[in-house]
Amino acid sequence: MIWFWVLIAGVVTFLTRYSMITFINPKTLSKTLKEVLKYVPSAVFPAIIFPAIFLDQRGYFLDSSSPQIWGFVIAVVFGYFFNNIILTITSGLVSFWMFTFFFN
Amino acid sequence: MKKLQILKKGFLDVIPLAIPVIPFGIIYGVIAIEIGLSPLVAFCMSFIIFAGSSQIAFAQLFSAGASPLVMISSVAVINSRHFLYGAVLSQYLNKLNCYWKILLGYLMTDQAFSVSLSYFKKNYKKKNAHFHMLGSGFTLWFLWQLSTLAGIILGNIVPEQLGLTFAIPLTFLSLIISELRKKDHLIVIAVSGLASLALYDFPFKIYIIVSAFLALGVSYILITKFKKF
Repeated sequence: MIWFWVLIAGVVTFLTRYSMITFINPKTLSKTLKEVLKYVPSAVFPAIIFPAIFLDQRGYFLDSSSPQIWGFVIAVVFGYFFNNIILTITSGLVSFWMFTFFFN
Repeated sequence: MKKLQILKKGFLDVIPLAIPVIPFGIIYGVIAIEIGLSPLVAFCMSFIIFAGSSQIAFAQLFSAGASPLVMISSVAVINSRHFLYGAVLSQYLNKLNCYWKILLGYLMTDQAFSVSLSYFKKNYKKKNAHFHMLGSGFTLWFLWQLSTLAGIILGNIVPEQLGLTFAIPLTFLSLIISELRKKDHLIVIAVSGLASLALYDFPFKIYIIVSAFLALGVSYILITKFKKF
């Protein structure tokens, strides 16, 4: 069954890329809608990030001393100041491992 | 300029942006294996879907037991930014035949869009300008396949105790890290994040899509009420 949904996801992804080049007159895309589309990453990704950081698998809030919250905080700080994708990920992972190692 | 030269220019222009894609691809491969996808599914997703953040979200939602409708609509929302790219590119690509449009559509990524658009703007009179996007798009596609394959192989080796699924939220964080400096984006991020925590217990993992639309609604209000064109 997963193959079917992978294919559908592929078709949907392709259509988001292809449709504007071909089917739709780009002028029909209003200026406001174009502006809203620029916010898509900021609107979608936090909904994936927040529960993964702050909740456990049953949906309860994690203890504020948990290593993943601290790893996340450090990743935000590093990312904010250096504005670098890879540094954001590695600083978060490394500090997560350090906190896990020292406190568990 | 000859076709091959333009193709090569596309390749060279995208390289600086394509380098960070390699670790990202490796992370996807490792995560996909870690959360239980088969290596074949994980690899085929890279050329069927060919969109990093969607692939990670899809894999994560699948392993969390989300309903297919939620998986697909989440992928659609994540990819809706492509509408914007297509609308901008169409003025340069609308004269091409159907095959070219399908090929360049398939190869459209954030990185290829950004470098080829700036080439098109400067060289829109050139006959074979579209070869630039073939070069940039294919370079990215090839690196993505290679790096996800490396990640899949690595995913079979690295121990589960490393907690690499933690790389999922970190990866998504890294993709919006430059937006943290903008007040309007910060508001949208906070709305989406807090909504997702509040709605987490709703069935079928529907919180992602509902939070995203709530946050997009807020961004609409921000644009229409507070921004002047």
